[in-house]
This record gives sequence, structure tokens and C-alpha cells, in this order.
Amino acid sequence: MPEIALVEAINLALARAMGEDASVIVLGEDVGRDGGVFRATDGLLARFGPERVLDTPLAEAAIAGISVGLAAQRFRPVAEIQFMGFAYSTIDQMLNQAARLRTRTRGRLTCPMVLRMPAGGGVHAPEHHSESGEACFTNIPGLRVVYPSSPKRAYGLLLAAIRDPDPVVFLEPTRLYRAAREDVADDGVALPLDRCFTLREGGDITLVGWGAIVRDMLAAADRLAAEGRQAEVIDVATLVPFDAASILASVARTGRCVICHEAPLTAGFGAEIAAQLAGPGLMSLLAPVERVTGWDTVMPLPRLEMQYIPGVERILAAARRSLRHG
Amino acid sequence: MTTETAAQFSVSFTRYIDADGHPTGPLPDFAAQAANLLPLYRAMVLTRAFDARAVALQRTGRLGTFASSLGQEAVGIGAASAMAPGDVLLPSFRDQSAQLWRGVTPLELLLYWGGDERGSDFAGPREDFPISVPVASHAPHAAGVALAFALRKEKRASVCILGDGATSKGDFYEALNMAGPWHLPMVMLVNNNQWAISVPRAAQTAAATLAQKAIAAGIPGEQVDGNDVVAVRDAVARALSRAREGGGATLVEAVTYRLSDHTTADDARRYRDDKAVTASWHGEPIARLRAYLVSQGTWSREDEEHALADATAAIDKATETYLATPPQPLAAMFDHLFAELPPSIRAQRTQALGGETPDA
Ligand SMILES: Cc1ncc(C[n+]2csc(CCOP(=O)(O)OP(=O)(O)O)c2C)c(N)n1
Ligand SMILES: [Mg+2]
Repeated sequence: MPEIALVEAINLALARAMGEDASVIVLGEDVGRDGGVFRATDGLLARFGPERVLDTPLAEAAIAGISVGLAAQRFRPVAEIQFMGFAYSTIDQMLNQAARLRTRTRGRLTCPMVLRMPAGGGVHAPEHHSESGEACFTNIPGLRVVYPSSPKRAYGLLLAAIRDPDPVVFLEPTRLYRAAREDVADDGVALPLDRCFTLREGGDITLVGWGAIVRDMLAAADRLAAEGRQAEVIDVATLVPFDAASILASVARTGRCVICHEAPLTAGFGAEIAAQLAGPGLMSLLAPVERVTGWDTVMPLPRLEMQYIPGVERILAAARRSLRHG
Repeated sequence: MTTETAAQFSVSFTRYIDADGHPTGPLPDFAAQAANLLPLYRAMVLTRAFDARAVALQRTGRLGTFASSLGQEAVGIGAASAMAPGDVLLPSFRDQSAQLWRGVTPLELLLYWGGDERGSDFAGPREDFPISVPVASHAPHAAGVALAFALRKEKRASVCILGDGATSKGDFYEALNMAGPWHLPMVMLVNNNQWAISVPRAAQTAAATLAQKAIAAGIPGEQVDGNDVVAVRDAVARALSRAREGGGATLVEAVTYRLSDHTTADDARRYRDDKAVTASWHGEPIARLRAYLVSQGTWSREDEEHALADATAAIDKATETYLATPPQPLAAMFDHLFAELPPSIRAQRTQALGGETPDA
């Protein structure tokens, strides 16, 4: 089993899915000849040909809309949006069409498409290339939203997303594309699309998050361990549908929770988790729920971006504050 | 059955100075004296020096991702030199040439591309838009700016610059279409540099020209040699005067070539043949105009050396100041968000300055 980067795991899953199912088609800007600006689709054109790997004109709304048409015709399009900042013109298609085709036709037509895109900051990218807009998609009923944070989970969840009969928005942490590396077996085994992943067990406090910040949560857990406190680390990974049960079960043991995400605070997906904890989880809590998030500001350009993106220190501060309670 | 021609269209292509610097005929009035072209030449030289420096700074970790305009300097300089100061420019991410002409400073450009928002707070052209990174999203803004001019009965126009790839976006068509019936004083200038990252022009659209997209919108569209600064300026100047006189919008397609990688994050050898790039150096805008100026006896080797030295000195000075400019304080993230920061976000600002997390 070779150690590969997260973006290579994406590539591996795409190749696997295309190899086993001729209805899987990859499309997007620069996905063919160039292999994608991050190389996620590298080699696919050579291997599967121009009828299954389509370089599209520069038109995101049409990339999403064409995928809806293809999907209704029993193809399984996997469309790439080059950066999340350019996905917002797909929301009309995703919200009004992709997410509702099954409902509108009572299952006569369905939409098994995947809309993939890199998301999040921390790579000194230009303006509009670093935002975390997952909450724009998590509030769309009928759409699955997946956001892996390791090569293995990227591989297994992307396979699951492609095989799933409904539309999936698949977010890939830009910051971890090359930085996250691990052994990945190309075994074609998908991971469940509606389950959180407990990455580390601990009884004192629960750290919950998704995307690139999961790595910081793990680093924070190491530091807490050195202080004698055991943190449980949960990668939500599948935001919608949301596996509240796993998080509630963890907090039932620890009584404390720090929710971490790079996206802004207000109406971020962390608010949904906090609401679950304030409802069914309330009696478990020994301390107020903490949220460590991006600020409610416009994502700054690179010179200030690391002061926007929460890191290990802010996670630690919140965890210590929580642990001091009660 | 009867069938007759319902409408007929053609698209012109204009060039004044050919690839070797020979005039194809009489030049337009503004270029009748070769000496009048010297500011345009110097501005193109400055742009090229700026691009080279920006790429070098990026390669040494001192600037962010950068999009060079190598080979396309005539597009922005031609357009901007046709504009009046009171017109409004809406540039894309590759239009530093036009921005420099309009008075955006090399320092401001470096700040922006170095990741500092102050680079978009231009001291010069206060009403010009910041560059558009989401491709074509500024096309409707140009229509809106033009509508404002029309409503106030001002003799001003907006100029939007975007790429060949941008003409595939809905924003582009929607803006162009609206400009038609409303006779908006707008010039849509397409920098057709043949590539949208790895996607060649032919894969972008089956249309024979990009200029003909204007025809569907009911406005004039024309092609010019985008490496001939005289042709670009002439076409944009004609379009601007028509716009100011209430004649509506125009699409100008400047046909040129992207001699550089897409950006410093790109490696064009993955998808295009170096030979085609080498061939496209023939007729590039600076060598072409230089050949013309030399043939007219208005430019010498010493003039060239001086122009290069002046450009380098200006860029050196900007680089020095840029590198010595400290980042903005963290509070800057909050301080330009709203006219007045709402109390809830003010609390976050305080927490951020204290190094704390927002409250749950
Ligand atoms: C809406 C949108 N989609 C994708 C991108 C990523 N991207 C940046 S430049 C570019 C190609 C643009 O091509 P073109 O319009 O021809 O302009 P050029 O880069 O050649 O100047 C792409 C796809 C973007 N910035 N905006
Ligand atoms: Mg182009």
C-alpha cells in the first residue's frame, strides 16, 4: 500500500469508479488535458478517452446543469468546480434542480451526480479561492454534503458519493491536498455516507470538526494529552445527512464539546451541532459548548488569512476554557 | 414555401501595423505623428517590466499567485489610452497594463497580488473597479455603471475587459444582452489570448469569432489585431465616442496570444506545444511597435535603453516599498466590513484582538 496525498486519493477513486462503471463521466474546466489545476483528474483523459473526460467551456452553471441532464439519463457525472469560490453560480442548479428532481417527479427521474470542489484556505491563494462555503450547501434539502479530511476518507467517501443514487456535493480541503498523506488501499471499498469518524478516543472532551481543521484538532488533542486530558476527536466528514447520534454519544461520555470549523461563525454548520447539543444533548453537558470558527468577516487576502483561519492555539484555548468548567 | 434572408451579418478585422511593424495603410489621426505613440510604447514596456518583476517575486516567495500579461500589453494600453479619466474601467485579473495607464501604481498592484487589500484602494482612478477574479462576474457591473451614466445623462462610458473563456459565462451574455435595448454606454473588450488555462479558444466555442456574440445582442461587434496597439486604441476610441453620443454598447475582440503560463501556478507545457508559443512571439506588440517607431526615425537604441532603465527604476522603487510594507493589523479584517460594525461583530473583533475564539 503506497503512501499517497489526499489529491492522489481523489484521483485513485475517480479512476476506480470509472473503471468499474462505464456510466461515470468526469467533466469540468481543465480536467482533461491539464488533469485539473490540482491534478485530481490527472491521467484520466489518457485512460478513459475524451467521451468520458470532458474539458468544458468556462461555465459553472452549465457544468452543474449539464450534469443534471446527464444524471437524469442514467449517467453518473462527476463534475469538478475549480475552486469553491466559483461554485456559487451552480447553486441555482443544485438547489432548484439537482436536489429536487427525485422529489418533483416522485422518483421517476433522479440525479446521481457529484459536484466536487476544493474548499477552504491556508494555501496563500488569490482572492475568492480560500473561502469555506459549505453552509451554503448544507441548507439545501435533498443534497448530500461530504467533506473528507484524509486520503483514506477521501477515497472511500468519493467512491460512495459516486455510487450514491442522489446528488452529492463533495468538498476537498485545499490545504490538505498535498499535506495529508497516508497509505491508501485501492480496494474499491466505499465508506458510509452518513456516519461520523471517530479518529481518536478520549473521555474528557469532544473535539468535532471537518475539513482541514481536523488536523489541527488532532494536534490539539496531542497537546491536551500532554496536559493529562484525553480528547475525543470526531471528523464529521458527512455533514448532510448529519450523524448527530455519534456526536451526542461522545458528549454523553465527555460532557464537553468544542466545535471547530474554518467557515464563519454565524449560521455555520457548527450551529446545527450546537443546537443538537442544546436539545437532546443538553443534560450531558458539563460546560458551555464552544465554537472555534472563522470570523464573521470577508475572508482576507493571504497576508491576514492565517489570522482568520482558526488553528491549534484557538482550539486549545477553547478546550481549556471548557475543561475549567464544573 | 418561401425562404428569404432574414438578416445578414459580417464581422470585420482591423489592423494598422502588421507583425513586422509595417503600416498597412494610413494610420488613424491620433497616430499620424509617430511621436504620439511613444507614451503607449513606454507604457507597454513598463507593463512588461512589471510582469517580469511580479513573476520573479512570486518565484522567490515574496508575492502570491500572479497572472502575467506577456504578449497582451497592447490590449490594455490600447483600451485605457482611448478612455477619458472620467470613464470607468472594470478589469480582469490580467489587466495590469490598463490599470497602470489609468494611474493604479505598481506599488498598489504589488500589494494586491502580495495579499493585501489596500492594493485595491487605488489613489488614482477612484471609481475604477477592483479586478474581477470570478471570471466575467464584472460584466454586469459594467452594464450597471453604464446605466448610471445613462440615467444621469453623463457623457461617460464603462469599459469591461475579460477573456475568451469569459465569453462562455452567462454573466457575459446577460450583460451584453441588457446593454442592447437599453443603449448602454459600455465597451466590452475581449482579450482573446487563445487560451483559458488549458482550454484552447476552439474548444471554448464553435463560433468563428467572439466578436459575433455581439450580433446576437443587437450591438456592434468587431475584431482587431490585439497585438497592434493602434488598432485596439482606434476601435475602443470609436466605440467610446459612439457610447458617449447615445449610440449604445460595442464588443471589441482583440486577437492576441498568451505567451506566458496562465499564472505562476500553471505549467503550460502540460497542454500546449512550445513551438506554437515560440511562433507566436512573432508580431508581439512591443517588438512590433518598436519596429514601426524605428522605421519612422522616432526611436533609437539609446531611447530603448532609457525606456527600459526608467521602467526598471519605477518597478525597483515600488518593489522596495512593497517589501518594506508591514501587513495590516488584524483589526483591518473587521474595519471595512460595514459602514458601522454591528455590536455582535464588534464583540468578535475584540475577541480576535485578544487572541480568543468567538463565544459559542
Ligand atoms: C467563474 C470562474 N471560474 C473559474 C475560474 C478559474 N479560472 C481563472 S482564470 C480561468 C481562465 C480564464 O480564461 P480567459 O477568460 O480566457 O482569461 P485569461 O486567463 O486567458 O486571461 C479560470 C478557469 C475563475 N477565476 N472564475
Ligand atoms: Mg484567455
